Amino acid sequence: MERYEAGNYDVIVVGGGHAGVEASLASARMGEKTLLITINIDKISFMPCNPSIGGSAKGIVVREIDALGGEMGRNIDKTYIQMRLLNTAKGPAVRALRAQADKESYSTEMKKTIEETENLDLKQGIIDELIIEDGKIEGVVSNTGAVYRANSVVLTTGTSARGEIIIGELKYSSGPENTLPSVKLQENLDELGFEMARFTTSTPPRIHKDSIDYSQTEEQPGDKEPNHFSFETADEDYLPLEEQYSCWLTHTNLDTHQSIYDNLDRTPTFTGIIDGVGARYCPSIEDKVVRFADRNRHQIFLEPESANTSEMYVQGLNTSLPEEVQIEVLQSVRGLENARMMRTGYSIEYDVIKPYQLQLNLESKHVEGLFTAGQTNGTSGYEEAAAQGLVAGINAALKNKGKEPFVMKRNESYIGVMIDDLVTKGTIEPYRLLTSRAEYRLLLRHDNADLRLTDFGYELGLISEERYAEFNKKKEQIDAELERLKTVRITPNQVVDYLEEKGENQLKDGILAYDFLRRPYVSYEDVEAIYPPEEELTKAGKEQVDIHIKYEGYINKSQRQVDKVKRMENKKIPKNLDYTEVNGLATEAVDRLSLIEPETIAQASRVSGVNPADIAILSVYVEQGSYDTIEK
Amino acid sequence: MAIDFDTIAAISTPPGEGGIGIVRLSGAEALPIAEKVYKMGKKSLSAQASHTIHYGNIFHPQTGDKIDEVLVTVMREPTTYTREDIVEINTHGGIHVTNKVLQAVLSAGARLAEPGEFTKRAFLNGRIDLSQAEAVMDVIRAKTDRAMHNAISQLDGNLSELIREIRQEILETLAHVEVNIDYPEYDEVEQMTTQILKEKTQEAKAHLEQILETAQQGKILRDGLATAIIGRPNVGKSSLLNAFVRSDKAIVTNIAGTTRDIVEEYVNVKGVPLKLIDTAGIRETEDEVERIGVSRSRKAIDEAELVLLIFDQNQKLIEEDFELLDLTADKERLIILNKIDLEQKLDLNKLKEKLGDEAIISISVTEEKGIQEIENQIVDLFFTGQTGEKDATYISNIRHISLLEGAHQALEEVLEGIELGMPVDLVQIDLTRAWNKLGEVTGDAVQDELITQLFSQFCLGK
Repeated sequence: MERYEAGNYDVIVVGGGHAGVEASLASARMGEKTLLITINIDKISFMPCNPSIGGSAKGIVVREIDALGGEMGRNIDKTYIQMRLLNTAKGPAVRALRAQADKESYSTEMKKTIEETENLDLKQGIIDELIIEDGKIEGVVSNTGAVYRANSVVLTTGTSARGEIIIGELKYSSGPENTLPSVKLQENLDELGFEMARFTTSTPPRIHKDSIDYSQTEEQPGDKEPNHFSFETADEDYLPLEEQYSCWLTHTNLDTHQSIYDNLDRTPTFTGIIDGVGARYCPSIEDKVVRFADRNRHQIFLEPESANTSEMYVQGLNTSLPEEVQIEVLQSVRGLENARMMRTGYSIEYDVIKPYQLQLNLESKHVEGLFTAGQTNGTSGYEEAAAQGLVAGINAALKNKGKEPFVMKRNESYIGVMIDDLVTKGTIEPYRLLTSRAEYRLLLRHDNADLRLTDFGYELGLISEERYAEFNKKKEQIDAELERLKTVRITPNQVVDYLEEKGENQLKDGILAYDFLRRPYVSYEDVEAIYPPEEELTKAGKEQVDIHIKYEGYINKSQRQVDKVKRMENKKIPKNLDYTEVNGLATEAVDRLSLIEPETIAQASRVSGVNPADIAILSVYVEQGSYDTIEK
Repeated sequence: MAIDFDTIAAISTPPGEGGIGIVRLSGAEALPIAEKVYKMGKKSLSAQASHTIHYGNIFHPQTGDKIDEVLVTVMREPTTYTREDIVEINTHGGIHVTNKVLQAVLSAGARLAEPGEFTKRAFLNGRIDLSQAEAVMDVIRAKTDRAMHNAISQLDGNLSELIREIRQEILETLAHVEVNIDYPEYDEVEQMTTQILKEKTQEAKAHLEQILETAQQGKILRDGLATAIIGRPNVGKSSLLNAFVRSDKAIVTNIAGTTRDIVEEYVNVKGVPLKLIDTAGIRETEDEVERIGVSRSRKAIDEAELVLLIFDQNQKLIEEDFELLDLTADKERLIILNKIDLEQKLDLNKLKEKLGDEAIISISVTEEKGIQEIENQIVDLFFTGQTGEKDATYISNIRHISLLEGAHQALEEVLEGIELGMPVDLVQIDLTRAWNKLGEVTGDAVQDELITQLFSQFCLGK
């Protein structure tokens, strides 16, 4: 193929999925001349699996993306067709939003945003090759011979990366939803020496909404009470409940399970056609039935895919069974007896770059200026992908500007937890964020994502002055209110009726409003009614005051844990340290540390196979100031 | 994981040297922690000038029991060894008391220092010259290897099993809480209510209390000096054993090793814990005049760090006696001549010739004569440092106790949280802490253990 010079950019993003759009938007908004190139520009921010955004932990990530100036929160707020706040009966740390997305408008809205963004070019094309000189990225080459040059390149190739779709005995080369796969680029990465793994994930069939007997299912409506992902979205813009779409719950039964058992010999995961590693948290229905044989039923949620289509997503029925078995399985489910399958469920296998080859800014350790994000790094989920895309885009831009990398700590965000997990511990299966992965989850709430991260977003140039001013006002209001509540006392007389109504003991003496609010049954609104502040707080502000006071003990406990490792977190390890020269390190520690190349002492302490004595020795070695490094 | 720069504590005097023991605290919380265990006049320790010494008493922060009369040295940063606030508590010495003082400050919030950690801090805080860095690293490595070796060898198989069981119970509860959080839409999993959580926590706490109780009495944790009572049949081994046991009512138990047939008992001799080896063997063979398995004695001697070799003054020396003398020649041992109330038939000169300078303790167990002397000799031996290796053992056991106490405390906080009406996912923070502490005891901190549990216990999908 004849090559031609097609343009010079600061940053090129390859792949227009959830990671790619965030990377390109962040980079362009930070003033870098950016190209987003993707195989099919009708599939920008496409949702090849479930038509929803958020959920436990993931919903918090979307808020974090928003606080950093990313697009996912705003885009879903424009295009959701159902919104729910999860875990409302539990504590504040684990509440999270989940939205049903209109997957078509989600995609078109995002495409529109990209098209309208300054410094950002959107092109359709297949990248076959990276241009690398002296260990540094110089650009990319497309299959049409176009040479695009740039200082930084972000790869977000997702499941297109040497993708293969599997349905029963059928296996063919394909990206998600029968798009073209990216094959040559993967071969190029092989040649460059990247270590890869093969992962797999699956999606359920889609059925026509008119072929469902809804009377046999249970309706799952959205929330009436307004909530949004983005801190910019106003309550007035909330979709009224009657305009929201419902989901529908039904269950598999023993007939379903029998159909699966009868066809196990044709099931790819059991016949060995699939060699990729699947995720335990996203099992196929055949997996669930076999592994949990004692269960009589499994939940199936029917989710609308878009206001513009009759397709319904059959959540819980992820499968790669042969097509006719899928139909049999579907029609055995109550309410789906006459279901008309429109798309067949399938598994997709794809390449993953083992993430230990990355630095915490998502830049390759081996190729300077090359960043990777999303499923390419071994994660699963739109939110995980978007978050990494944002971080990669930010860091590509920072690198071009000659600025320090942007790395969040584990106590600052779920995004920080995820990237640290990937780089430091690696992953043997598609990685999903779970609240249990965060050791400081009480600090990483969805309600305080803005308080945690807006300053970063502003510093990076991704938060507008207007929004920042509003944010600061909110923060000041909260601080002032917390102080004020420490100065006003509630007297026993003021709350006689109130306490009686609540069935609580009467006060003997006066009590600070602050301390009164600590009581689980007292809400901020109750205190506010007695002592209203000069200016009423926003809903979010009130929530903050309430959470801050009510859970202060636990929040402080978590904060103390953070403080204890602060010094280790801040202690940098020089790049390319020669661990074999560190006298006294255990051999296993030398091997593991040389592989992972941790950036701080704290990160080193999280590397498996490294014990506290190794860390003690390493910190002394690093502290003494003269050390050997190895040429890379 | 070692935590940097919290307040640490350890016994800083080598065991067995001199009559005082020093417990050293270093870190920002050194003074507040010391105040929790220390009582004297009106002025608090924090109000005292730097580099001053104060008389007072040490009390256990939870039980309020008085432990010792002490002198406390207050030294404020930066002119201290570690360049942090340091408090040194000078006890009356004796590993037992010093140990208790250490436990008290650990209960009050200090963390047991890692091997070499004071020196490491001194270095990291710029106190020690750079040229000494290598030496510091060597010290850390050497001390750690020994401590690790000891920590592993110290943990009784049964104890680890018990702790693992509690840990597994907690893990299942945690996974249950997590599944409710991460998969809120799944109706197939029962909601973990605070009521269930409370019951589970109380259960785990009760189990832990049983362990702690026995641990504190020295029953389970193997912190004793391995001691073998050796001698021919009928020389009075079991009588001596019983004499020890009688004088120390609190601490006797049998722990049958899971893999070996030798049974051990624990007694406390004037603050020195002894692990008596093969007491069952002693009791069994005492009546069988016919034979004592020398091989069995040999096994006990091999394991022992201290041998009490007993002779019967009322019997002539025979070949077997000399055999036992030879077998124990390289061991720390006490030569004991029992039954001095009976007629002397043993050729003392022949024995002395064999022993050289080595002293002989003459006793009569039946008349309770000379037992005191044995006890004094044991205490002397222990504290002159000849058996000093045992120090590391002590420390690792304190580590276990302090971790178990930490876990217990965390479980109490779970229950407090529930009482206060806190939601499940908040009190779970403390439950996780308890689980982590127990994992530190048994060394089971498998990566992603909880997540693995989550997906094996529940059938989950997106």
